Amino acid sequence: MHMLVCGGTGCRASASDAIVETLNSELAAKGMENEVQVIMTGCFGFCEKGPIVKILPDNTFYTQVTPADSAEIVAEHIVKGRKVNRLLYTDPENKEHISDSKHMGFYKKQLRIALRNCGVINPENVEEYIARDGYQAIGKVFEMGAQATIEQMKKSGLRGRGGGGFPTGLKWEIASKNHADQKYVVCNADEGDPGAFMDRSILEGDPHSVIEAMTINGFCIGATKGLVYIRAEYPLAIKRLQIAIDQAREYGLLGKDILGSGFDFDIELRYGAGAFVCGEETALIHSMEGERGEPTVKPPFPAESGYLGKPTNVNNVETFANIPVIILKGAEWFSAIGSEKSKGTKVFALAGKINNVGLIEVPMGTTLREVIYEIGGGIKNGKKFKAVQTGGPSGGCLTEKHLDTPIDYDNLLAVGSMMGSGGMIVMDEDDCMVSVAKFYLEFTVEESCGKCSPCRIGNKRLHELLERITKGEGTMEDLDRLRNLSHVIKDSSLCGLGQTSPNPVLSTLDNFYDEYVAHVTERKCPAGQCKSLMQYVIDQEACVGCTACARNCPVNAIAGDRKKPHVIDTSICIKCGACIEKCKFNAISIQ
Amino acid sequence: MAKVKSLADLKKMKEQLQSKVDLREKGEDPESRVQIKVAMATCGIASGAKTVMDYFLEELDKRSIDAVITQTGCMGYCYAEPTIEVKLPGQEPVVIGYVDVKKADEIIEKYIKNGELVDGIIPMNYNTIDNQ
Amino acid sequence: METVKLTIDNRQVEVPSGTTIYKAAKLLGIDIPVLCYMDLGDMNIENKPGGCRICVVEVEGRRNLAPSCSTNCAEGMVVKTHTMRVINARRTIMELILSDHPKDCLTCAKSGNCELQDMAVKLGVRNIPGQEYAEMSTYKTDFSPSIIREMDKCIMCRRCETMCNTVQTVGALSAVNRGFTAVVAPAFEQDLEKSPCTYCGQCVAVCPTGALTEVDSTPKVIRALADPTKTVIVQTAPAIRAALGEEFGMAPGTLVTGKMVAALRQIGFDHVFDTDFAADLTIMEEGTELLDRLTRHLNGDKKVKLPILTSCCPGWVNFFEHNFNDMLDVPSSAKSPQQMFGAIAKTYFADKMSVKREDLVVVSVMPCLAKKYEAQRDEFKVNGNPDVDFSISTRELAHLIKEFNINFADLADEDFDRPLGESTGAAVIFGATGGVIEAAVRTAYEVHTGKKLPKMDFNELRGMEGIRSATIDFDGLPISIGIAHGLGNARKLLEDVRSGKANYHAIEVMACPGGCIGGGGQPLHHGDSSILKARAAAIYREDAEKPIRKSHENPYIQKLYEEFLGKPMSEKAHHLLHTHYFDKGNKDVFI
Repeated sequence: MHMLVCGGTGCRASASDAIVETLNSELAAKGMENEVQVIMTGCFGFCEKGPIVKILPDNTFYTQVTPADSAEIVAEHIVKGRKVNRLLYTDPENKEHISDSKHMGFYKKQLRIALRNCGVINPENVEEYIARDGYQAIGKVFEMGAQATIEQMKKSGLRGRGGGGFPTGLKWEIASKNHADQKYVVCNADEGDPGAFMDRSILEGDPHSVIEAMTINGFCIGATKGLVYIRAEYPLAIKRLQIAIDQAREYGLLGKDILGSGFDFDIELRYGAGAFVCGEETALIHSMEGERGEPTVKPPFPAESGYLGKPTNVNNVETFANIPVIILKGAEWFSAIGSEKSKGTKVFALAGKINNVGLIEVPMGTTLREVIYEIGGGIKNGKKFKAVQTGGPSGGCLTEKHLDTPIDYDNLLAVGSMMGSGGMIVMDEDDCMVSVAKFYLEFTVEESCGKCSPCRIGNKRLHELLERITKGEGTMEDLDRLRNLSHVIKDSSLCGLGQTSPNPVLSTLDNFYDEYVAHVTERKCPAGQCKSLMQYVIDQEACVGCTACARNCPVNAIAGDRKKPHVIDTSICIKCGACIEKCKFNAISIQ
Repeated sequence: MAKVKSLADLKKMKEQLQSKVDLREKGEDPESRVQIKVAMATCGIASGAKTVMDYFLEELDKRSIDAVITQTGCMGYCYAEPTIEVKLPGQEPVVIGYVDVKKADEIIEKYIKNGELVDGIIPMNYNTIDNQ
Repeated sequence: METVKLTIDNRQVEVPSGTTIYKAAKLLGIDIPVLCYMDLGDMNIENKPGGCRICVVEVEGRRNLAPSCSTNCAEGMVVKTHTMRVINARRTIMELILSDHPKDCLTCAKSGNCELQDMAVKLGVRNIPGQEYAEMSTYKTDFSPSIIREMDKCIMCRRCETMCNTVQTVGALSAVNRGFTAVVAPAFEQDLEKSPCTYCGQCVAVCPTGALTEVDSTPKVIRALADPTKTVIVQTAPAIRAALGEEFGMAPGTLVTGKMVAALRQIGFDHVFDTDFAADLTIMEEGTELLDRLTRHLNGDKKVKLPILTSCCPGWVNFFEHNFNDMLDVPSSAKSPQQMFGAIAKTYFADKMSVKREDLVVVSVMPCLAKKYEAQRDEFKVNGNPDVDFSISTRELAHLIKEFNINFADLADEDFDRPLGESTGAAVIFGATGGVIEAAVRTAYEVHTGKKLPKMDFNELRGMEGIRSATIDFDGLPISIGIAHGLGNARKLLEDVRSGKANYHAIEVMACPGGCIGGGGQPLHHGDSSILKARAAAIYREDAEKPIRKSHENPYIQKLYEEFLGKPMSEKAHHLLHTHYFDKGNKDVFI
């Protein structure tokens, strides 16, 4: 028998260490220490009801356990085999106690569709994919026909997972209707958002799902060639994808006459050099053609004139990964998952000041609160939640008031952020929102292709303004300029990069205006992050005049007579912190 | 390898492969076969999954434990890499995080040999389409 | 033709589908400001990268603003070109562009002729907010023999790229770097001299700002004029007289030959000569070479190279030295008129005047920037002294006239000096595409057949089609002639010749669209093909009015051969009037 005690940060903070101790001593008292083993585990992700104790093998799930409960659990559950009802989870709807965690709604928060095989199969063995119904979808598609498949795709409600959210079925339909001697299917694997790695994980964990989906796509639009545009910085994904392509060819699942259908399809890899803008489909296509990777005005859309001027359908990795399951389980099954306008699930890379950093997949419509507190295990070190930034570097920063927003394409747009490709970065009270906006702008300034003036020059100017503000040189007019410039850049830039890059500025201006004002009018950074705005001050009452600080100041910024309070000349001080370290009386503080 | 010529072929192949997997799981000597999956995506490898995988391959052989060790993709628990999944015959699989060589030794000695769980278990917190 | 109806600024308009909003607005008399956009008219080439975003307009139902230069009209579209939103965006974008542009307009070569300046005026920009802390991009100024690149002034309109790559297929310029540091440059930001640049100057001709300008040789000319020890003579190319008037507000196509001569005399040139004289000389040499090759070919000489290619155009010479280095023996070995003039002036004329070579300064006025480079070629120097000392463009001459306080419009017509100022109609038409070959035909026909030409005008050789061909009946011998203007067309024609797809006896190539009248040193025509046509008409008008219209009938040419050269292709002629070509490799291949 095992007793699993949650050792996640949240539960630990509420005494799970003590629970382990008391459980062990209670077991020893009953002489059962050899039969029952107490184990500390990783986070159960149910921090709201922590600490959690789970008993195996009967899967009993106790919530909000205290060290004082240990005696009862051992005496009742272990010795007598009776569950301690008061500690069981109560279903919020029917008020019934649920003992088995498998029946708790909480564990249905995550649903793995795109990631269904990741961490389950060996990605370098096509047989493991086949054993999990792999390549049956393409067989089914050959039976259904292209038209019916496109209909299924449309009915499923699947939308592009790369950020744009364009209905996939519709995209396919347009490409299928444009006639040409050659068409192309392109898989966009140029995952460029810093900190986002869902596409990489899919390619590394389940490459065949993408190959199968691209083949389906090819059959539906009448393309016999597929190209995967993948970042050269993803060597493992490239290796696994190439192995998968080779195996698929060997098994006749790529190449001529696939599954006896008469349909030919093959896939080649094209490497990207890591330019963020090459995730934009027209820039991606130009890069594959050997041209400078910069976007062009749409229309014409790639579905009309794409790679080498031929009709081309571009979808991203995660979009493709969803497709075989949709075909096998049906459009109705898929469209039953998710929210009204956004169907299915979305993979997020959860990062930042959150306990369970990682890759998660949740049905559309899950709230930010559920993702952050239940799946993500809450904020690190018990700090206060401040903001969550969704959608990669050009997403917006959302706050407490947005936490109950169900995540889908339209809701995120409505609150000033976006789905993007699925980055989700959590910030706590120590994060300065002006600095956060500046950080993201630094990225977009670096990654702008430079083709259109609002993005090329505008983002640079936004960054300069933010720089001034974080240095305490900003004015209230600068805040107005920030806002106007942001709106113009969004409104007039050529591609998605510039059209979204000011989002971090606008959303922080909207949600944290006071913080900006504090930087400007009080020359203060409320989060204490902006070094230029910090001041070292000696408390005149606490200082005894020991001169330790003055002797250790490398720039002689501290003056004062022996045994009299000292003062720091802030115009000389370089904020190195040496004085604080030497002060034995805690008389020096940063303000 | 002969090419898969039709959907029927593919389905037949799937049945065969599945029974092979089943055999592997419920084999004639179920008590002796252990399955270990090491999450070997970039995140895992960067945190040392390769060393862990090599260690299992070597040590299980040395300690005469009949086990199938495979690599797999990212399980999503990036905060706890390297992660592995251990499935003892007839039991639910268990995911364990922060596995290094020392931990791997503990897993072999305690869990694989004696069925005693070890610290660092990551509770599975998602639904799969198989349960749907 | 399919049409669409739309509303622009509350007015209805019906346009062929595929028409852009910008052009539809134009039909209504609405001038939407454009900056990067360039329409090359009859060449059916437009530069519309949608990059500057100055032309944005509001389209009802569209999330963001649309670039009117590159957005097609759609049925029922409602467009607004001057709402608050549009005006604010346009002005903000203009401020952004100016924030990264040097403010030394007073001393800029393009001052008064700068599209960016005009746009700033039009959009009413009065200050650039935040200029004092706005970082500006800085690039090294690149000096070449013909063109100066001052890329700090580049606004990334990409017109030069369109000229260099799409029109001329030279491939010397393309966008490099990303974001704020993005700029148009030769590969690896090398100097122009190390690139495959031909110095055709078409990039300079379309640059809206002072980023690309010609090397200004006027200070050197002024210094020479002021030097009492020097005899300074000037030659003017045929295309100058048809365009110079535009710099003084005259209508395109105004012939100003007489005023130009008067102005040059007032400036202080000791002798005012005409490059046309040398053009007649070119016909004598090149025509004889053509007939020589033709006769040998007809007599079964297998080693003779046909077609003969004209070699008057220095941009074209540079182009084939880079791109057709396997065909260096195909072009005529005759020097260009500029260089023939220089060679004769510094020998025949210098002797006549008893002036030492070193004391004779030859200035040429050319419609061309490649002529500056040509004049500096080592093979055109004797003991380091160049045959042509300084080559200035039409635009530089206009500056000189203005600087010398000459009221150009009021000048009375004057005549060229003798002997190097006498020319025929055949020489004048050198200025327009097809003119050189027509002049050659006029002479070659009469020399070959011994008969008088039945008519002087070969309309089949004239026109603005990029590639033309015609067969001229040499009294029973059909002579097949090809003509290309614009290096892109030349490349096409030459590739056909190289592959054996096309067979000609003679081909005329001019690097610039329209021939010399559209040269890189001419008054800026911004791609307006009606201006080119007017200039061409003026050229043919002057030809028609000339008493002598065939080069071999020029009495001063006859005298030159009698007194000095002997006969065409004599040893002396060969020494002074012929040249050879160099393999410059294809420098755009770096890998």
